[in-house]
Amino acid sequence: MTPPALEIAGIDKSFGALHVARNISLALPVGARHALIGPNGAGKTTLVNLISGLLRPAAGSILLTGIDITHASPERRVALGLARTFQISSLFPGLTVAENVALALESRLGLDRRLWGSVRGRPELVDGAASLLETLGLLALAGRPVSDLPYGQRRLVEIALVLALEPRILLLDEPAAGVASVDRGVLLDLLLRLPEALTVLVIEHDMSLVFRLAQRITVLVEGAVLTEGSVAEVRADPRVRDVYLGSRPHG
Amino acid sequence: MAASPETSRTVTDAFSRHALSWLDALPWLFVVLAYVAANQYLPLGTQVMIMAIFALALDLALGYGGIATLGHAAFFGVGAYSAGLYALYVSSEPVSGLVVAAIAGGLAGLAAGPLVLHTRGLTLVMLTLAIATMLHELANTFKSVTGGADGLFGYKIAPLFGLFRFDLAGRTAYWYGAGVMAVVFFLSKALVNSPFGLAVRGIRENPVRMRMLGVPVTRRLVLLYAISGAFAAVAGALSAQVTRLVGLDSLEFVVSGNVLVMLILGGTGSLYGAFLGATLFVVLADRAAAVSPFHWLFAVGAVLILAVRYAPNGLVGVIADVAARWRRGRA
Repeated sequence: MTPPALEIAGIDKSFGALHVARNISLALPVGARHALIGPNGAGKTTLVNLISGLLRPAAGSILLTGIDITHASPERRVALGLARTFQISSLFPGLTVAENVALALESRLGLDRRLWGSVRGRPELVDGAASLLETLGLLALAGRPVSDLPYGQRRLVEIALVLALEPRILLLDEPAAGVASVDRGVLLDLLLRLPEALTVLVIEHDMSLVFRLAQRITVLVEGAVLTEGSVAEVRADPRVRDVYLGSRPHG
Repeated sequence: MAASPETSRTVTDAFSRHALSWLDALPWLFVVLAYVAANQYLPLGTQVMIMAIFALALDLALGYGGIATLGHAAFFGVGAYSAGLYALYVSSEPVSGLVVAAIAGGLAGLAAGPLVLHTRGLTLVMLTLAIATMLHELANTFKSVTGGADGLFGYKIAPLFGLFRFDLAGRTAYWYGAGVMAVVFFLSKALVNSPFGLAVRGIRENPVRMRMLGVPVTRRLVLLYAISGAFAAVAGALSAQVTRLVGLDSLEFVVSGNVLVMLILGGTGSLYGAFLGATLFVVLADRAAAVSPFHWLFAVGAVLILAVRYAPNGLVGVIADVAARWRRGRA
């Protein structure tokens, strides 16, 4: 039996008196499309930070395709096929769009320690960046510094970066937040066309996007799992409506 | 990954590059002109070039890698003492002395890097400062090796390539400095154009994100620090060979401070700033000291205040602005 792509068991984390993760368990089979929803402050981003290694849990374990990564460095996790995006756009503002993507390609290809040759002279960087930017409709912006880009397009560059890593498990932290409706179509299209073997965990407030993208949903409230189920089950659950869907408008 | 030629072209152009251009001939054109026009100032010219090499080394660490340091004199001093000791006890041949100093500076960077580079900002500034201060104290304490406050002296430097004697007017030293500066500059240029060069710029912009892309950030910075340390050591070694004297002052805090001021005056992150800043600073300090031996720092301070106020990106920034305005005017 193949192990789940991502398995979280009994994760616990506190910031002082604030209990941000309470005994969270979650298992994503290979190729899963899993959404994490919950009101603001429920601990969704904290969980992504714990999985990606920016935070360390006080208890519990995290397994990536059966390998225990609970105490592994973020770099090691990326090497094992884990990639994430950031809720607040986290790019390289002074560098061009193409250079941003090339940094991710360099990391995957092990070129980031190559002292000789030029970046321009490496077809795997030039063509790799070109095809990704073409897919995302960003080619015309290739030479612009990221700091020049409007917010929505920065989100697309975020996606380009993680796709350049060719991950096996992808964590998307509110990919559509702040994206204008024009770009939202491009984004959803892109997310729906992600390779089938890729395992995706997505945090998102836009329920129409969650319902179209996800197969299963976990609802987090105050750091604990309220419920987990198929899209239909979660939509029908009155508790979910109470804490989240009913009490708060979308977006 | 079949990108069309036009697409590849667009993306190739989107990678910024430190291109080889006629601009790169300018510093050496200036070196030749200065030799012809100001023959009696050759030792000052050599001093400018030594500091330009040092500032280039600092630009790699600070301008490209974002390593904030107030302790680069540590490498300058390691290079100077290595070259001095090499000349005293091993060989008076100058080029091998530079190589030995570069290796010593690189090793010092590899040793100190892991201790300091996991930090950033003020903590990093303090740690680099502490290491340079400790080295200064060590050099002061181990008098049998370093000569203590007297320093190293009385060593000879053999003719360059066995042909050119280091003359009293400083002609050989001048061309020697210009040649070493060329080697360091073109190596630096190749480095910033390399995939590694892009990676360190990424680290400067956003180290957390680099880790999240799977890059071992500290290890890459240590390598950059070692390369920068090796080049700074070359500058120190040149100084030791040309002046035939190594003193504790090569490890002093003021050396770290001066080179930082030069780089900021010239402009960081472009390699050219090192030339402009070192020239301005060394010549200004020399002229001001000739006018007023006790108050020359006043002039340097005044220029620095004006530069920070009116040219926050240094002289390189001013030139880039003027060039951009000129181009717009023509268009």
